Amino acid sequence: MRRRLGRYRRYGPGLAGLAGLAALVVFPLAVSAPWLVTVGLFTLMYAALASAWNLVGGYAGYPSLGHAAFFGMGAYAEAIWWTHRTAGSGYGPFWTLPPIGLAVAAVAVPVAWIAMRTRTDVFAIVTITFLFVVQTLAFNLRGLTGGAQGVAMPVAPFTPATFERPFYYAMLALLLLALAMSYGVLHSRLGLALTAVRGDEDKARSVGVPVGAAKLTAFALSVVVTAMAGGVWAYYLSFIYPQFAIDPLLSIGMVLMVFLGGRGTLWGPVLGAFVVAPAQQYLAYRFGASQLYLLAYAALFVVVMLVMPRGALPTLRDRIRRAEARA
Amino acid sequence: MHEAVQAVILGVLTGGVYALMASGQTLIFGVMKVVNLAQGALVILAAFLSHSLFTAWGVDPFLSVLIIAPLMFALGAAVQWLLLRPLHQDDAALLSLLVTFAVALGIEGALTVVYHTDYRTTRPAYVDRSWRIAGYQVGEVRLAAFALSLITLGGLWMLLSRTRFGRSVRATVQNPVAARLLGVETARVAALGFGLGAATAAAAGAVYGMVYSFNPNSHYDLISRLLSVVILGGLGSLGGTVVAALVMGVASSLVGALASPVWSDFSFFVVLLAVLLLRPQGLFGARLRGAL
Repeated sequence: MRRRLGRYRRYGPGLAGLAGLAALVVFPLAVSAPWLVTVGLFTLMYAALASAWNLVGGYAGYPSLGHAAFFGMGAYAEAIWWTHRTAGSGYGPFWTLPPIGLAVAAVAVPVAWIAMRTRTDVFAIVTITFLFVVQTLAFNLRGLTGGAQGVAMPVAPFTPATFERPFYYAMLALLLLALAMSYGVLHSRLGLALTAVRGDEDKARSVGVPVGAAKLTAFALSVVVTAMAGGVWAYYLSFIYPQFAIDPLLSIGMVLMVFLGGRGTLWGPVLGAFVVAPAQQYLAYRFGASQLYLLAYAALFVVVMLVMPRGALPTLRDRIRRAEARA
Repeated sequence: MHEAVQAVILGVLTGGVYALMASGQTLIFGVMKVVNLAQGALVILAAFLSHSLFTAWGVDPFLSVLIIAPLMFALGAAVQWLLLRPLHQDDAALLSLLVTFAVALGIEGALTVVYHTDYRTTRPAYVDRSWRIAGYQVGEVRLAAFALSLITLGGLWMLLSRTRFGRSVRATVQNPVAARLLGVETARVAALGFGLGAATAAAAGAVYGMVYSFNPNSHYDLISRLLSVVILGGLGSLGGTVVAALVMGVASSLVGALASPVWSDFSFFVVLLAVLLLRPQGLFGARLRGAL
């Protein structure tokens, strides 16, 4: 019995992951209603964003509230680059995403270098202020961003019946990238360094952990995924405005999903996103009312913080371990 | 030159309003080491209540503070007692930050349900009147608001430095454990402190509603400005907050008058950046428990 359990422990998660991936790949082919695919698309986007946020906010313990700014930068970079070009077969805009992700990350490094002079709550303040800086820039640099009028991209020339599919698969690819990064970080010296930073940064520094480099690397990796997701989002909507592209709610959404699922775990952010994002999309689709999900966000947040501040997965894992110890 | 002096006058008066808004933030941080992201939302909530009292029953916005302040006090104390007190101690700083953000979202959501998203301003008869002093315009409302800030801040200072409650608040700030050992009920002090911080938002909101137009989303504009003021002043220092608010008020007003109004918000961020690079503890702050 114990041996069989051990084998399950070893291969189970991998198999479950493969099955889940297969289900996600088949989903848009099996489902005919486009709005369901849209819900799937946004769920995957949030899962990728939450996993990316987790690299900084979860592993390193630096709760950035400014990630929506990098999402917006990616969105604007994509939209501005393609404004005066034709999208051709429609797949061109996807190929500009990697360079955009790297470019935004290059911008993010000096920002992080300054912001990471502060810790926890002050870091959160600095990053949320940065978010408003970028939003103000998007409003004010009219020559570049069109100000409040926004930027238009060419609409993707995909057939309406399967319009969502390419975007869906792009988001799925981003989620896989974010998960690969998380897995890589968890199983490397970088992960150890980040855990040390989260535990006690001063002590970690004093025993020779390259604290600064580790934090900046995690931040840059996280921003690459975030900015690319912004790019896909911009192309999908083909029209973006400052207040939606750089939205504090997007930041807080990432934080909520990570906290709900479990900070600093591989699957926690994905779990959180798969619970919150569909609910949010469904509310928006059914009632079209944003104030409802403001209230729902607020309530959910308070419940998570008070009932299971470490998140669902770590709490569950503890329960199971305790039950096994008793058995 | 005339324009610059006019801008400085306006900036000082605006700075008074910022000082009022940020003093609650500072008090709450000082007492509980909680960065209250809901302070802006509390100000906007008070602005709406004051607006409703004025339009429904003709209550003067300055008088409405007397009605709203107790309500805000109760709300603030309830937030601290019900939501922040039970949080786990090991990362209370982070969790409480997120809980106050949730409170801000909740207030914004509730306001959107009740008032929808159109902009409004509280407009009593005297709102556009102004005095000319040596050729410079001084708006009556702004001047009265400045006076109200001085009164509120003075009252707050008296309360903190001259009363028994103030002494227990300061003791809680300096060393919660020692304060508890000496018989201060720190949990109750924290709730009262949070309530007091929220109550100052009542005065700030009534004034804000007359000087600016606002809607339920407006608290996002306030968050970053208030936080910049508080960080410049040095987290937790009431005097520093007032100085910082005046500096910020004048700076943004000058930028608005001499360059362009769209960039006046930017002066906040530039100052914040400079502070973080040069003097992360702010003008008057001491370095705090490894936060900076």
